[in-house]
Amino acid sequence: MTTKSTDTKDRAAVTPTSPDRDALRAMFEMTTTIKQTDERFRSMLGSGAVRLTYYSPRGQECISAGFGAHLGHADYCVTTYRGLHDSLAKGVPLRKVWAEFLGRVTGPCKGKGGPMHLTDPSVGLMVTTGIVGAGLPIATGLGWACKLRDAGNVTIVNFGDGATNIGAFHEAMNLASIWQLPVVFVCQNNRYGEHSRYEATTSVDRVSERGRAYSVPGVTVDGNDPEAVYAAAAVAVQRARSGGGPTLVECITYRFWGHVFGDDMHYMPPEERQAAMDADPVVLYRQHLIDEHQFTEDELASIEATVVAQIDDAVEFALSSPPPSPDELLTDVYAGEVLT
Amino acid sequence: MTVVDVEVERKSTAEALHDALALAMAKDSTVLVLGEDVDDDSGGGVFHVTQGLSTLYGPRVRSTPISEQAIVGAAIGAAIAGFRPVAELMLIDFFAVAMDQITNHLAKLRYMSGGKTAVPVTIRTAAGAGMQFGAQHSEMLEAWLTHVPGLKVVMPSNPADAKGLLTASIFDDDPVIFIEPSLLYFKKGPVPVGEHLVPIGKGDIKRSGSDVTLISYGPEVNLCLGAAEDLAAEGIDAEVIDLRSLVPLDEELVLVSVAKTRRAVVVHQAVRRGGVGAELSCLLHERLWADLAAPVVRVAAPNTPVPYAADLERAFLVDKSRIADGVRQICN
Repeated sequence: MTTKSTDTKDRAAVTPTSPDRDALRAMFEMTTTIKQTDERFRSMLGSGAVRLTYYSPRGQECISAGFGAHLGHADYCVTTYRGLHDSLAKGVPLRKVWAEFLGRVTGPCKGKGGPMHLTDPSVGLMVTTGIVGAGLPIATGLGWACKLRDAGNVTIVNFGDGATNIGAFHEAMNLASIWQLPVVFVCQNNRYGEHSRYEATTSVDRVSERGRAYSVPGVTVDGNDPEAVYAAAAVAVQRARSGGGPTLVECITYRFWGHVFGDDMHYMPPEERQAAMDADPVVLYRQHLIDEHQFTEDELASIEATVVAQIDDAVEFALSSPPPSPDELLTDVYAGEVLT
Repeated sequence: MTVVDVEVERKSTAEALHDALALAMAKDSTVLVLGEDVDDDSGGGVFHVTQGLSTLYGPRVRSTPISEQAIVGAAIGAAIAGFRPVAELMLIDFFAVAMDQITNHLAKLRYMSGGKTAVPVTIRTAAGAGMQFGAQHSEMLEAWLTHVPGLKVVMPSNPADAKGLLTASIFDDDPVIFIEPSLLYFKKGPVPVGEHLVPIGKGDIKRSGSDVTLISYGPEVNLCLGAAEDLAAEGIDAEVIDLRSLVPLDEELVLVSVAKTRRAVVVHQAVRRGGVGAELSCLLHERLWADLAAPVVRVAAPNTPVPYAADLERAFLVDKSRIADGVRQICN
């Protein structure tokens, strides 16, 4: 069983819609961790220091940080190949992330899952799927488990705007609604499904409108504003925890980089990208904390320095870890003895 | 093999399956049932296998919309959260609309997570031709599933094995595709009373013989037994093996038998190309090349969709005379 009733963070049942200073600070630490981790991966990929298939979440940091503030390890999370930010915000340690992404035996999946399948049930990260939309039906089952146990934990499933056009989205939304499951559907609308623009592929102006078709409350928030995400997440998570059923939260954001590392991004207008990067949500949030919440430059710089040191440690840990032994090829296909 | 000193009662396969589910749900509160029409308000399943369970077990038994991706996905999610869901996909033909969940998730999550997430799901599904349901409600698609590492695939040939294999499937820690041949639902036979377990991966010698081994599974096992009787009258002594599990396969049982008889005929209802018979034929040629007195013969359906018209459907299906003809090819 992955449910742990001893996890006190889960029982933070009071979910204020405005973050207190600790929550603001934690969200800054998380957005910084995601941004810095992403930049390190891209830097090392660019220099050839590491090789992996990498889907950058840069620009989408605030969504994970805002939801993560309301979730504990006993809550279940499902995410996608572009799930680095969600995984970190759910609590997967940096060392585990780096080790798994680099295919090392010290990763939580022993290097057999990789960046597209990072799984760490010890913190509630139950599935990372490489198939668009496929996480949603699985999230309904996790939600069903939560509901049957009635222990107050909930399920969050992250997906992109592209996933809302595949059948699995619609089957899962309908099932979650008729069974009133404690599932929060988080659509990270980063404006592109692979190489195609949202408007070219989607019949509604806002993904949240699709909630109405399934009697699921739908809301659209600025996914680049951590406080707005925090507030929307508070309502949706509280609804799920209290037996009020599912919510569809659409977070409007922008994917700074192409679909996959190395993508030439020919389909993204340069001026559009530049405008998004000029309004970098992590940078804006930093300034916002100084301007509006009396954080000091020193305090934030100290957090940033700590994060960089943690990433240095995680990179070193992963690079010095061995790959899985050849025996691992044949294990874990089935339970128990090697059976292929 | 025949069970000795066990009280038996005469039951249909549908009743035997119901008993296995009811006993499993009573024994273990993590056993769940979901699928189209499975609750009592909607009739307890199209073949009444789940009848009465929702009345007894309430929220552990849920009828679903006609949403096969959601059914399999929900089963997977509940399984990785510690439950043992038994999902019903009404017909194996409908696997086609849920194959992403089945092949990319159900089968792979354990491996992709390095063993962190077990997926103890059983998918029950009816399969097979013979009732004039036409091309989209009559297939045998077990070969699709045996090709996917991570899945176990079983198919009973009689009510007792149906009960025993379903019990083993539910309590197995891996995903099991439990294929229920439609023709068997109303066929009756002796079934052990109380909990009955048939281990997955163990075949069964249904008839001992010395001249040729007939290897089959599902309803065609019974046709093989009929063919063996006809052949006995001609002086051909056939051994009949019921594989019961296709993954894992009881290779030892098959190899020992064929090493003895030196001739083998593989029989299945599914189409011939890329079928389980091809895999078995290859296995036998690889492992027993020097012992074989003749090439392995496959008796299977032609490579066509299942036709509707009764005469055509009969021509599509394997029957005991075609099985006997297959044997005569290598025994005369």
